[in-house]
Amino acid sequence: MSTTTTSITAGVKEILSAHPEAKRDSLIPILQEIQEKQGFLSREAVVEVGKALNLPVSKIYGVATFYNQFRFAPQGKYHIQVCRGTACHVKGSAAVLDSLKRELKIDSGETTRDGLFSLEVVACIGACGLAPVINIDGNFHANLTSQKIPGIVNQYRKQG
Amino acid sequence: MKINNAFLQWAIDGADPKTGQKEWEDRMVALRRENVQKPVVFIGTGTCGLGAGAAFTLEKIRQYLEKNAIDADIVEVGCIGLCVEEPLVDVQLPGRCRLMGKTITQDKVDEFLKAVFAGETPKGLTLAQFKTDGLEPWDGVKFQDEHPFFGPQTRWVLRNCGVINPASLEEYLARDGYRGLKKVLSTMSGEAVCKEIEQSGLRGRGGGGFPTGMKWKFAFAQKDPQKYLVCNADEGDPGAFMDRAVIEGDPHRLLEGMAIAAYAIGADKGYIYIRAEYPLAIERLKHAIAEAEANNLLGEKILGTDFSLKMIIKMGAGAFVCGEETALIHSMEGERGEPTVKPPFPAESGYLGKPTNVNNVETYANVPVIFLKGPEWFSSIGTEKSKGTKVFALAGKINNVGLIEVPMGITLREIIYEIGGGIKGGKKFKAMQTGGPSGGCLVEKHLDTPIDYENLSAAGSMMGSGGMIVLDEDDCMVSVAKYYLEFTVEESCGKCVPCRVGNKRLHETLEKICEGKGTEEDLPYLKNLSNVIKDTSLCGLGQTSPNPVLSTMEYFWDEYVAHVTTRTCPSGKCKALMTYTIDPAKCTGCTLCARNCPVDAIAGEKREPHVIDQTKCIRCGACYDKCKFSAINVQ
Repeated sequence: MSTTTTSITAGVKEILSAHPEAKRDSLIPILQEIQEKQGFLSREAVVEVGKALNLPVSKIYGVATFYNQFRFAPQGKYHIQVCRGTACHVKGSAAVLDSLKRELKIDSGETTRDGLFSLEVVACIGACGLAPVINIDGNFHANLTSQKIPGIVNQYRKQG
Repeated sequence: MKINNAFLQWAIDGADPKTGQKEWEDRMVALRRENVQKPVVFIGTGTCGLGAGAAFTLEKIRQYLEKNAIDADIVEVGCIGLCVEEPLVDVQLPGRCRLMGKTITQDKVDEFLKAVFAGETPKGLTLAQFKTDGLEPWDGVKFQDEHPFFGPQTRWVLRNCGVINPASLEEYLARDGYRGLKKVLSTMSGEAVCKEIEQSGLRGRGGGGFPTGMKWKFAFAQKDPQKYLVCNADEGDPGAFMDRAVIEGDPHRLLEGMAIAAYAIGADKGYIYIRAEYPLAIERLKHAIAEAEANNLLGEKILGTDFSLKMIIKMGAGAFVCGEETALIHSMEGERGEPTVKPPFPAESGYLGKPTNVNNVETYANVPVIFLKGPEWFSSIGTEKSKGTKVFALAGKINNVGLIEVPMGITLREIIYEIGGGIKGGKKFKAMQTGGPSGGCLVEKHLDTPIDYENLSAAGSMMGSGGMIVLDEDDCMVSVAKYYLEFTVEESCGKCVPCRVGNKRLHETLEKICEGKGTEEDLPYLKNLSNVIKDTSLCGLGQTSPNPVLSTMEYFWDEYVAHVTTRTCPSGKCKALMTYTIDPAKCTGCTLCARNCPVDAIAGEKREPHVIDQTKCIRCGACYDKCKFSAINVQ
């Protein structure tokens, strides 16, 4: 077993130990905790949860892939969430998203090769007064146009 | 966290001056901020405020107070609703009315506070002021009830939002908090509570509009000793943020409403199923629950009675279909959030097979006031079948983007042109989309229709949870319908065929039309397929998902026809039907566009105007984004 695998498994065991006698209805909270700590749901983590809850791995993937929240690959250093709510849509979020995809050369749900950026489309951030809006690691960028995107991305690139 | 118990008892018994102590009354006045001893600076730090830079403003305010050695309290409040003027900062000086400042970004803090602390009205930075008897008003500033945005509103659910400190149980108590619960626990039976809710005419605010009292009665009538209460705070409708604002701004109102409901049906566990995307709301809720438990307003043997209620937060993992109650319950059980056929209704067999009552945040938040003021008072506002108020999230092409609460029966015209301040940029109103992806649109002829559950359904839309998106003449209705279908296709759980396959076909056809590849036969096909999906889907998601298509087809048939016959988009929104050209007068020949064009469609010499080859252009917009001289025209 490689070191990363060992540390993932150890981390998952630690989370599971906080849920003694966990039953099926604890599955989603456990997965959420793992993602919170490890950034994504790895195969090793899912297998470990399956053992603890006595559930087939296929069932866990069935649940995890159903919800938008769960990721199965690591995030980039900067995680970009693009709001695609209706208020943002009518103010041009589709063009903003296109521009981001073009600038980063990735599709939503992917991470750039250098591991710097990952892109995610979210249904609604609930900040409709700022539309169209994107959220980069908790920092909101409001009232965007597609033209502002190259500048914003470069700013983060410079920080490295 | 622990409040003096005698004070608390006195407050929830109605704070009668005859029975109270002088010291308690002073405390009440202080908590209600009818007057203050030292200056108080309020700042809206809801998600929307933070997004607009409230955190930076807050830091600047701290620096300013420190630098000028001003002794003042800073209170972080929720959202008062006028999102477009964020960050919102209020100041209350001793002896003076509370002044509301607008768009106080960090660079305006010094100017704003300097004027206020000098006792002068800061020009151009004020929104309104609170009206309080005996306090000196500010010159040249409107009172809140005269302000066009706040004046026509009736704020019951949002009464405290943006006004009180959401992290203070005492402030909620000072504004009649938990009095409804106290009255219910000490004088009423569960059955009587259900009956009063029925009399009030309260209907589910999550969209369906099912009578709340009737729902509670079903759950009450179940004999099982273990029952559950669930609050649906999984606000998945894109463009709606009512529930978030209530929880961030006044969490105890929700908790009190839930406690009353739990007592009525006989539940001892309350679950709040909330979106994980709302971290601030979750934090405020956790704090409020802990504080209520510490003061015996939740938890074991509430207020010394035999009624106990344990409140548990469950974080949703992001699925629109979980707004459907059976799907929500499956998700709570750790399953995929797929709906099941009703009956059995959750009231008979819900969470873990036990009787369960599910309502949404706004419904519960309406409950305390019904017991405080009586069902007749509640039903005195509204239309024949829709009572009380409704909170709407007003967004899109409107001047006053924000959260509003209006009496049922108000007209669209009042909402758009009075409260909303008209269409952005003086453009022409085209349509108002209500009910999100499940709703439809209202058009000019509906401007004077009173808004209630029945009238909205009759117009082919629905109340929904309260999203109101205003569209102007520049919006393409075919593309709006396509947008909603894109959302539904993404969010369909895939369990039943009409929804899983039908919506996909609908979306493909709309996409084809927007790309200029549609034919006239596509239009009757869209209509027919929409009706089939509506009639045959399993749950509310599929039964309502074709509504945006049907309603835009009804009111904007011409636009559909233009897309498929002349292959034009009358609003100039559909990308594939657009043309990019370069304005030779503005082009400096910097070559930036040509270097960035992914298909080499742009040609030209250095320092000479460039040209786009229309046969190669894929209309990606890269040139438009990159051009530093605004030389690219889009038609």
